[in-house]
Amino acid sequence: MRYRIERRPEPSALMRVAAPAIATLLTIIVGSVFFAVLGYDPLATLNAFFVEPVSSLNGLSELLLKASPLILIACGLAVGFRANVWNIGAEGQLIIGAIAACGVGLFYPDPESFLLLPLMLIAGAVAGMAWAAIPAFLRARMNTNEILVTLMLTYIATLLLSWLVHGPWRDPAGFNYPQTALLPGAAMFEPFDYSYRLNSSIFITVIAVVAMWLFADRSFLGYKLSVSGAAPLAARYAGFRESSAVWTGLLAGGAAAGLAGMAELSGPLGQLSPQISPGYGFAAIIVAFVGRLNAFGIVLGGLLLSLLFLGGEAVQMSLGLPSALTRIFQGILLFFLLAADFFIFYRLRRLAEHA
Amino acid sequence: MDLFVAIFTGTVIAATPLIFAALGELVVEKSGVLNLGIEGMMLVGAAFAFWAVVAGLPMPLAILAGALAGAAASLLFGVLALTFLTNQYAAGLALAIFGSGVSAFLGRNFGSEPIDGLKPLAIPLLSDIPVLGPLLFRYDPLVYLAILSFVAIAWFLSRTKGGLILRTIGESPEIAHAIGYPVVKIRYWAVLFGGLMAGLGGAYLSVAYTPLWVENMTAGKGWIALALVVFATWRAYRVLLGAWLFGGMTILQLQGQALGLAVPSELLSALPYLATIVVLVIISQNRQMLAEHFPASLAKPFRPTV
Repeated sequence: MRYRIERRPEPSALMRVAAPAIATLLTIIVGSVFFAVLGYDPLATLNAFFVEPVSSLNGLSELLLKASPLILIACGLAVGFRANVWNIGAEGQLIIGAIAACGVGLFYPDPESFLLLPLMLIAGAVAGMAWAAIPAFLRARMNTNEILVTLMLTYIATLLLSWLVHGPWRDPAGFNYPQTALLPGAAMFEPFDYSYRLNSSIFITVIAVVAMWLFADRSFLGYKLSVSGAAPLAARYAGFRESSAVWTGLLAGGAAAGLAGMAELSGPLGQLSPQISPGYGFAAIIVAFVGRLNAFGIVLGGLLLSLLFLGGEAVQMSLGLPSALTRIFQGILLFFLLAADFFIFYRLRRLAEHA
Repeated sequence: MDLFVAIFTGTVIAATPLIFAALGELVVEKSGVLNLGIEGMMLVGAAFAFWAVVAGLPMPLAILAGALAGAAASLLFGVLALTFLTNQYAAGLALAIFGSGVSAFLGRNFGSEPIDGLKPLAIPLLSDIPVLGPLLFRYDPLVYLAILSFVAIAWFLSRTKGGLILRTIGESPEIAHAIGYPVVKIRYWAVLFGGLMAGLGGAYLSVAYTPLWVENMTAGKGWIALALVVFATWRAYRVLLGAWLFGGMTILQLQGQALGLAVPSELLSALPYLATIVVLVIISQNRQMLAEHFPASLAKPFRPTV
């Protein structure tokens, strides 16, 4: 039996929706083979990785807690990706957002002011945008590739954070640990229930998802961006400036990542330390792709990637497997998704047997 | 004088992993393919080479293991980018994330003990020449291999028929295909070669440069290698110059820390990343120079229609 790959006359709408599900399934299959090879019972391990972490109320709270920054950042990044603007430095923008918010939280004269949290929110978003404005300016005005600049700025942001918590912002009463003082209560988001960590910052994400949906599917600017990405020549002909796509794409991603950094700080963290994100900024890139760059898909993608983070932590504790598994699974998921995407445009066709 | 020798030799050594990885990527990009996953391939190479040393393999085999692991990792990207016609940016990013995960996973049992790393090789007679001996003839074998691969790749790209075919494919895969060259197959070989070189660069880091396992030990060198190819405007000799420039930056930073300069160590550590941005901005101003050797089909998927 011979098969031939041929281009579909029309892209398959079914495959566009089915590809993420197929990729998830294949990732789970590869994961179980991997566990079996390592000498663990695959079913029990899959259960420990994907089911147990979310089979309690606390687990669900953690799932949403981790999905929130992923979805928020992915919404911002998707705006850029639609316009073919490759911001892969959301991790750095997240860190800078958290730093700026922490600066406000620590040094605002009145630590009990009800203005504290809103000010931190603004500081986080503005700082993330400012950090993303560097690659935007360099790409729009100086013709410099944004992929490399956003990534280099992530390394620089990490070092800046490290310097702050080891040096000027180190908590004097912190037994020499590299961390800032705990933020005052007015700088923190209220948890819904003090037994769990999920807090009201999730509403920022909800707003971002709605904004992303309105912007991308209902606004003229969103349309212009998509045209810039899909057909740059047509966009130029229609008078859409490439530089406005670059600025919008990068600033949206920067604002979202900065907000996510602020929400992490004023939520589960409460203070800065050298490592404040398990790679949300990078994982959000995968979320945006799994979610097909649209708002609803990104929510599902964010929940999935959040589950991968939770599962990685769970098997680290229960089976002693390294949490690096999370990144392996993230990579495999993206591999399969990209491969499955091929079948949106192509199909396998059985060839007639030759006599 | 001693300081000069230390800075000079330190520069050459620090540049070696960058030379391997960036030259490999140069060949890949010359074929019209953009593999962003260098960082992942280097990390996989570093982990496998280190693991092979710990497992008791002789040094040359361990280095080979690192290189082959890098090549195997690149094949994942190759299948996606060349067979499945995926967006190459996304496929490269997936490889970068996957590679860092695999490397950290393998490294979980390596502990923090240093291994017996690759030793410098004093070339008889030549290494005894005053001044020049210590400057040029007392490196470990991989340093010489890096220089040799530069010569070989520069010669291959500009002076051989194979190099011409590769460049044609990078310029216009349609024309190369019409002439009858197997575009996809040759691109696969280019991608594999890039992976091999990145794996070699990673192996150099873990078994020679700092023979000690540290998670994420590449610390962005794969991305800097990617930037070097742009900085070099796709020309081999400028890749070499760029790698030495960045090697020198690393060494000045280490010397600065050793001298106890009154600046935060984080600022010194940030220098290579800052320099990458500055250098990219400067080179990007010269559009003509960028365009001259730029492979016109870079990152565009190609599938023969017949």
